[in-house]
Order: sequence, then C-alpha cells, then structure tokens
Amino acid sequence: MSTPEGAPGARPAASFRFAVNVTPREGILDPQGRAVEQSLPHLGVAGVGHVRVGRRVELTVDAADLPAARAVVDHLAAALLSNPLIEQFDVEVLGAASSTATAGVAR
Amino acid sequence: MSVRVGVVVFPGSNCDRDTAWALGLAGAEPVELWHESADLGGVAAIVLPGGFAYGDYLRAGVIARFSPVMRAVAGFAAAGGLVLGICNGFQVLAEAGLVPGALLRNRGLRFVCREVAIAPERLDTPFTRLVGERRPLRMPVAHGEGAYYADPATLAALERDGRVLFRYVAPDGTPALDPDDRANPNGSLRGIAGVTNAAGNVAGLMPHPERAAEALLGSADGLPILRSLVAAAGERAAGAFVVTGRRVLAGDGGVEGGRR
Repeated sequence: MSTPEGAPGARPAASFRFAVNVTPREGILDPQGRAVEQSLPHLGVAGVGHVRVGRRVELTVDAADLPAARAVVDHLAAALLSNPLIEQFDVEVLGAASSTATAGVAR
Repeated sequence: MSVRVGVVVFPGSNCDRDTAWALGLAGAEPVELWHESADLGGVAAIVLPGGFAYGDYLRAGVIARFSPVMRAVAGFAAAGGLVLGICNGFQVLAEAGLVPGALLRNRGLRFVCREVAIAPERLDTPFTRLVGERRPLRMPVAHGEGAYYADPATLAALERDGRVLFRYVAPDGTPALDPDDRANPNGSLRGIAGVTNAAGNVAGLMPHPERAAEALLGSADGLPILRSLVAAAGERAAGAFVVTGRRVLAGDGGVEGGRR
C-alpha cells in the first residue's frame, strides 16, 4: 500500500479517519446485551429494549483519496474486524486531513 | 519410529505443554511449531492447543488466523493433513474457515471451567477411531466463548453429513440438544461440542482431551481421542512413504521423499 518516500506520483495524498461499528447480527443471541437489558430495572428505567452490545474500532488510513481509503477499511472490516457469520458492521467517515501522519492522534 | 505431531505455539497459548505431554502419552513425538514460522517441520498431524492466542483480542482466534504458521496449516489441511483444534485452537480453526461455524460468548456470560461429558457421534473418524464405543467421555472445558453457532442451513448440513463429531451429553448419555440444558455448558446449538470440515481431516472441539489423558488427573477419557489422531497420522505417513517408494521405482522424481 505504501510506497517509498520520494516515489513520485503514487504517494498517499491524505489521511482519513474512520470508525467501524461491529454489532451482533439480528437473530444471534447477544448475552451481553441481554445482561445490560436485565440490569435496567435496577436503574428504575423502563421502556428500553433490544439492547445489542458491539465494538467500535477507529483507524486512520493513508490513501490517495477517500474512495481508496474506504476500500481498505471495508476490506479490513469484513476480513478482520468482524466475523460475517455472526456480526455486521457499518463504516463512518470521521474526517479527512491533509497528508499529515498525526491525524490518528487527533481525538 | 514414532509419529511426529506438531503443536502450534501462539503468544498466549497455555495448553501447548500439556498437549505435547499428552501426545507423548498417546505415542507421538510432539514437535513445537512457532507461530512466526511457516515451516511445519514435516509433521504428520497438527494440533492447535488451547489458550488465549494473541490475548483473544478483537475476537478469540481471529488474530492467530493471520499468522504465518496458520497459512501453512491451511495449506497442510487443504492437502488432506490431519488437524485438530482444541478449545482456543477450535476458535482459531473456525475464524480461519477451516471448520464451519463460530464460537460465541457463553450463553451464561461466565467463563466455564468444569468437567463435562461429551459423546462421539461417529467412531470411524481419524479423531475417534480408537474411542471404541459411543459412550460419555469425561473431560474439562475451560472457556468464555464456546457456544457453538452456525446458521440453520449449515447446522442441517452438518447433521446430514455426519460432521458433528462430539455432542455434550448428560452423564447417562442423553444429548444436551437444548442450549439451556444443564449438561450443555455454554449454550451450544444442537449441543455441538466438536465438528469436522467437509473432507473430515480437520476437527475442532471445545473440551480438553489433553487434560483428561491420565487417570491420576481424574479421567483418561481424552486419551483415546489423541491416540486416534496419532494412529491415523501414523498410517497416513506410512502410506505416503509407500506411495513415494513406488513412484521412485517408476522413475517419477519430484515426490516429497524423505518424509521421516
């Protein structure tokens, strides 16, 4: 993906920050979500249901443009960050930064 | 000449020594296979042991899946090599797609560490051929993510094709088909404790046969499973040698000779 410093033309032009939200697929038992749900009466909260617990992964991708960066994230999300058998994911674009290596620490 | 069986060691594996010891009891010469090496050392079978490979970060087994040794193991399995995943090893195989399904968080959310009973569904596989009869085998489980899941079509195919290798059973042998059955420790669908791939040469199970390999430890019911693997691997290694010899006699070079 990355090319040597100074290689003309092919160098990533920008950094893009993404979030990947991974949640259990519909129909997959989510015991964590159920445990959260069952705790709600202890808080005196009513009317909240269908709790699903997942995970969120944020990452920075250096790429020529947003579609190229997005393609990398989609690949990672399907191959590594989620298991398509049991989980679904969605991708959020959090922002673009000009070619700085520090975009990842902007929080 | 004893049969060389590889035991993969990931960072976070913690049953590798026990597994190697139990394989020794089963008649094999255990060989440690380091996760960063794709060299399988000419072993006749491979065991992926229990533990918490790569800290079980992200999902149990998923990071291990992308290690150099697993690329080699996938090639070994595709060529018909015998592979057995135990506990975390089963999770790695499932994440790698080498066996069907996935291992979800235990239904009760607790890490379950206790003795269970499982029964083999089949006695003619490389993993059960020396078990002798379909009877409850007592051995421990120790896992937080062991609830076997597969979609309905996959479950039906597994049942139809005889690829359910082990099921959790009550002490009297009654299968714990219901995920909420007391004898089903983790909420596995259809009470499935172990499965094989379509070709029958790759298997995974959540319980620990290597922790039940000596009567001194409370049960030796796991030993026949490991002895089955070692025996099947030994036959395959010998068979490969014979075939190699014929090919050499026929003047066909380029075979994988010197297979030890």
